[in-house]
Amino acid sequence: MSSAQRGTASRSAAPLDATAIRGDFPALADRPYGKSLVYLDSAASAQRPRAVIDALVRHYETVAANVHRGVYQASVRATEAYEGARETVRAFLGAAEAREIVFVRGTTEGINLVAQSWGRANVRSGDEIIVTQLEHHSNIVPWQLLCEQTGARLRVAPIDQAGDVIVDAYRDLFGPRTRLAAIAHVSNAIGTVNPVAEMVAIAHERGVPVLVDGAQAVAHMEVDVRALGADFYVFSGHKVYGPTGIGALYARSDLLEVMPPYQGGGDMIASVTFEKTTYNEIPHRFEAGTPHIAGAVGLAAAIGYVRALGFPAISAHEDHLLAHLVASLAATSRVRLIGMPRRRVSVVSFMIDGVHPHDVGTILDREGIAIRAGHHCSQPLMQFYDVPATSRASLAVYSSREDIDRLVAGVEKVKEVFA
Amino acid sequence: MSEMRELYQEVIIDHHKRPRNFGKLEGANRHSEGYNPLCGDRVTVYLRVEADIIQDVSFDGSGCAICTASASVMTEVLKGKTLADVESLFGKFHDLVTGPPDEPAVTEGLGKLAVFHGVREFPVRVKCATLPWHTLQAALHQSDEQVSTE
Repeated sequence: MSSAQRGTASRSAAPLDATAIRGDFPALADRPYGKSLVYLDSAASAQRPRAVIDALVRHYETVAANVHRGVYQASVRATEAYEGARETVRAFLGAAEAREIVFVRGTTEGINLVAQSWGRANVRSGDEIIVTQLEHHSNIVPWQLLCEQTGARLRVAPIDQAGDVIVDAYRDLFGPRTRLAAIAHVSNAIGTVNPVAEMVAIAHERGVPVLVDGAQAVAHMEVDVRALGADFYVFSGHKVYGPTGIGALYARSDLLEVMPPYQGGGDMIASVTFEKTTYNEIPHRFEAGTPHIAGAVGLAAAIGYVRALGFPAISAHEDHLLAHLVASLAATSRVRLIGMPRRRVSVVSFMIDGVHPHDVGTILDREGIAIRAGHHCSQPLMQFYDVPATSRASLAVYSSREDIDRLVAGVEKVKEVFA
Repeated sequence: MSEMRELYQEVIIDHHKRPRNFGKLEGANRHSEGYNPLCGDRVTVYLRVEADIIQDVSFDGSGCAICTASASVMTEVLKGKTLADVESLFGKFHDLVTGPPDEPAVTEGLGKLAVFHGVREFPVRVKCATLPWHTLQAALHQSDEQVSTE
C-alpha cells in the first residue's frame, strides 16, 4: 500500500509521513556523489511516484492503441483511458464539463494555444494585454508574439519589494482597450500566491477575461477554476508528479466553442474535402494529431496520488516546512532572501553575499543537494530585484526537515569555500 | 571540501574577489561582448592591438567566480603576446578545461592558467571558463555580434 492510499483513510486529520511518501518516489533513492539525494527543485520538475510509473508501464503493456480511431477492443480501451483522464483533470480543477479540458504538452503550449487561437480572433491593433512583473517567460513571450502580430501592447502590473502584486496599480491598468489579463497563480521564482480571485473580479467588472498560469499552484493547493472565476487555467503534468509532455488547458466552454483551431490535422476534424473542412467539436478541435495518450493516463494517476494524500494534509506539511526553510535561511549570515510575499507556497529564492548562484549550485550539487540556480525564466523579475540570477529551493510532498537542514549546512560549506 | 578546492582554487577565489585589469580600457581599438544565457555571465573584453601584438587588455561585466577569474587571469597572461601566441594559448586552455575528467591535465606552457585544471571535472561549468576566451576571439576577429555560449 502506498502512503497515498494510506492517506485516503485519514484524509485531513493525520499529518503526512514524509519518510513513507519518499519511499513512493523511486528516483529519490538516487545517491549523487555517494550522498543521499536532497531534491529541492520540484518547482522545475517534480519526481514521480511509483503509482504514475506503474500506470505508464501498464498502459504500454496492455493498451497502447490510438484513440478515437479503431473499432477493436484495444482502441476502445485507449479512448476510455484517455477520456477518463480528461474527466480526472476536470474534477481536479473543479470545471463544469470535461469538454472544457484540452490536453496540451504543458503550460507553455496551453498559453500559446490561447494566444494564437483566442488572441488572434479577439485582439486588434491598439488593444492591451495585462501581465504582472512576476510572470514566467512562458506567460510573457506568447503575448509579445501576439502583440507583434496584431499591433496590441503589453501592460505590466507592478509588484512591491516583498514580491506582491500592487493590486491598486493592477486595477488602474484596465482601460477601454484591455482585452485580457494573464496572471500567474503562483510565482515560480519567489513563490508569491497572487490574490487571483480578487484580480479576476477586477477584470470581470470591466468585462475582461483572465488566463491564470497555474503551473506552480496545482501541486500545492486545491484549485477550483469556477471559484477563482478563471476563464482560462493552464498547468503542466510534470510539476504535479506526472509525466513530462502532458498538461491541460481549462477554457470556459462558451469561449472554447467559438475559438478557431490552433493546429490542423487528424482528430480535430469532422470531415475533410479539398473544398471545405469542418472541424470536430470541443475539445477535440484543439487536439490535432495523436495525443500523448500515455501521458494523460500518467497525469490522471498523478492526480489520483495527490488527491489521495489530500490538500489539507499536503498544505499542512509543506507550509510547516516552508516556515522552517524561510526561518533557517533568514537566520543564516550572508544570506539574503529575495522577496517576502504575504502568502507563499513551496518556493524560496535567496542570494549568498559575494557568491554567484551558479557557484552556489555547483557546490551544493557535490553535497548531493539539487537546487535551481539561474534566472528561472523570469528575467523581468530578476531585473526588478537587480540580480543576475538567484538560488532557488522548492518543496514538495516528499520534502523533509532533514532536506532543509542539509541545505543550510550546504550553504555554510559555500560560505567556507568563498570565505 | 578538497574536491571543491580543486575547482575553487585560492587563486580563483582571489581573482573573483579582486579581478585584475577590470574596467573599460582607454585607447582600446577592439572590443567584444560575451553572454552565457545559462547563468547570466556577461563579459566585455577590450583590446589595444598594435602590430599583431596585444599591447593592453581589460574586461568588465558580471559573472560567476569561474568566469570572472578566468577573464581576470586571461588578461594577465595576454599582455605582450602575439596573435599567434594567443591562438596557441587558447588551444591549450581549451584542452585543459574540456579534457576527459579521468585523464591527467596537461598544464605545460599554460603558466597561471593551470589553476583552471579542476574545471574539467565539472562539465556544466566549462562554458563559464571559456566565455572570456571566446569573447577575446570575437574581439580579435572584430565580430560585432555578441558572443553566446549557446
